[in-house]
Amino acid sequence: MRLNYPTNVKIVKVPCTGRVDILLILHAFESGVDGVYLAGCLEGECHFLRGNLRAKKRVQYAKKLLDEVGLGGARLEMYNMSSAQGQRFAEVAREMTEKIKALGPSPVKNRVRGVQDSRGQVK
Amino acid sequence: MIVANRKSLEEILNMLKPYKKVLLLGCNECVTVCAAGGEREVGVLASELKLSRAKDGQEIEIKEQTLERQCDHEYIDQVRPFVGDYEVILSIACGAGIQYVGEKYRTKIVLPGVNTTFLGVTLEQGVWSERCQGCGECVLHMTGGVCPIARCAKSLLNGPCGGSSNGKCEVDKDLDCGWQLIIDRLKELNQLDRYEEIIPVKDWTTSRDGGPRKRLREDLRL
Amino acid sequence: MKTKSNIERILESGGFVVTSECGPPRGADPEVIRKKGNLLKGVVDAVNVTDNQTSVVRMSSFSSCIILKEMGFDPILQMVCRDRNRIAIQSDILGAGALGINNILCLSGDHQKFGDHPKAKNVFDIDSIQLINTVKILRDDGKFLGGEEVKGKPVLFIGAAENPFADPFEIRAARLGKKVKAGCEFIQTQCIYNMEKFTKWMEMVRDRGLHERCAILAGVTPFKSVGMAKYMKNSVPGMDVPDGMIERMKGVAKEKQSEEGIKICVETIQKLREIPGVRGIHIMAIEWEEKVAEIAQSAGLLPRPQV
Repeated sequence: MRLNYPTNVKIVKVPCTGRVDILLILHAFESGVDGVYLAGCLEGECHFLRGNLRAKKRVQYAKKLLDEVGLGGARLEMYNMSSAQGQRFAEVAREMTEKIKALGPSPVKNRVRGVQDSRGQVK
Repeated sequence: MIVANRKSLEEILNMLKPYKKVLLLGCNECVTVCAAGGEREVGVLASELKLSRAKDGQEIEIKEQTLERQCDHEYIDQVRPFVGDYEVILSIACGAGIQYVGEKYRTKIVLPGVNTTFLGVTLEQGVWSERCQGCGECVLHMTGGVCPIARCAKSLLNGPCGGSSNGKCEVDKDLDCGWQLIIDRLKELNQLDRYEEIIPVKDWTTSRDGGPRKRLREDLRL
Repeated sequence: MKTKSNIERILESGGFVVTSECGPPRGADPEVIRKKGNLLKGVVDAVNVTDNQTSVVRMSSFSSCIILKEMGFDPILQMVCRDRNRIAIQSDILGAGALGINNILCLSGDHQKFGDHPKAKNVFDIDSIQLINTVKILRDDGKFLGGEEVKGKPVLFIGAAENPFADPFEIRAARLGKKVKAGCEFIQTQCIYNMEKFTKWMEMVRDRGLHERCAILAGVTPFKSVGMAKYMKNSVPGMDVPDGMIERMKGVAKEKQSEEGIKICVETIQKLREIPGVRGIHIMAIEWEEKVAEIAQSAGLLPRPQV
């Protein structure tokens, strides 16, 4: 289809949005991203039955954490689309990019020193 | 298990205000199971703290460590080699663990990152419910296996009070009446005749009212 | 006769008892009690004085009882287990005995969550049934709960409350049985609106023979308005107001509603008097004490026997 979508969107591939835990999202923000969105399968069509529904709940929870932290939950969203919806994928990428641009850069950009993993190692 | 609840980020940030180097200690036991103070929660809290400080342009260095238990000194000893590198310890174990860490490192300030709430069970993933208050004199054999001390809002030994309505407690429409649960269970066990017995006034000396408690087993001591 | 209680005396002579209640003020002004007392003069045999009802701080039941006693009433000291441990409870019972309070009503007490100090720590060292037994042991055995001897026994007529409409319904008579076994001599019930359920409860009480060992005083509360009726139905724990009663209140013009409320109350009393085992009426006119005389008069409860 050779559809265009903004180049600022970096894709992290996971087998299922059910794999995305809160820590993964928070670490992305620590590394300086301005926003994160999850592109999961359509609701009711998860290959692992409930992966995308669990991701939805985690996103809701992580939004609250981001509000508490002061980054704002609006920098995080969950979208659902099927693998056949290339148009929709590009559309969401543009929509999210616009939204984050409007919010401006993350206030923590390049400020978190030594991003560590859970074993305490500096990456 | 002992169930705890994470304190709000705001409260933790306030406690941590004077400090830049923090040793964040989780515990692999109860608080891991109730998702309040295990390794994952250590990671999330550390990340929240770093993001929040960074947003305000302030530094923070956090060492993340989760001990097997914070209520046994062998495990607390594991942080001895580097505890001196940090200004303060933030513990998200239960109240017992938080205190015991402080007892072992007497010159270190140990801050609580959770509110320890109750002894309970997992009703379903993500839902925990109180069952026991550790009163020191169990009456479950008399009350159909349901505790009136922990599960009646008034701890009535001869309930239910006049506020029991449709199986719910007067305190909260979502809260089961402990005495309704007792009576239902007595019926299931064919023991409803037990309800006719008056349970006499309780001896609270075995509870916290008798002062802090201690348990001893001579044969196990070294 | 075990005590100097006016209600015990009337019950022993086979009479029908009328009691009412007086809620102490949220302040230190004794005139409020005296004013309410004056409205009840010659209308009732004894007056309940509530103990920080609905967990809202008020003048103590004990001191309000003394004010009413000075006016010539036979007060009923209400005592809840929420705010006192067994030490304070026994101490207050001795004080009541010393100052000539002849009646006590033993209650668990509303949870503090409903009151003006929801952050308070509650006590509940003992429960209402254990409190009944505590008074009995002090009075009849002359012993403290700790086992020591009481020098100068407090002589109080022992009462309790019971809610026939609370759940589980099937054990409500059994629970009354436990109160009687613990030493309870009179019961005042929760406000009765659901006559059918109350009748059924009384049947259960009679089946156990409890009405012969303990006097049942049936509780009534007049509605001031349809709003109050709805509030009682929806917001007061353990209250059973049938829809028909709300409809009846709704059916009359607003300015006639309080009159209708009184009418319902009087009819209720007349029906209650017909139920075997009901030995008296407890009129709880909440912040409406001026209507107690009218209700008692219309229900044919006056004049009261001389003290």
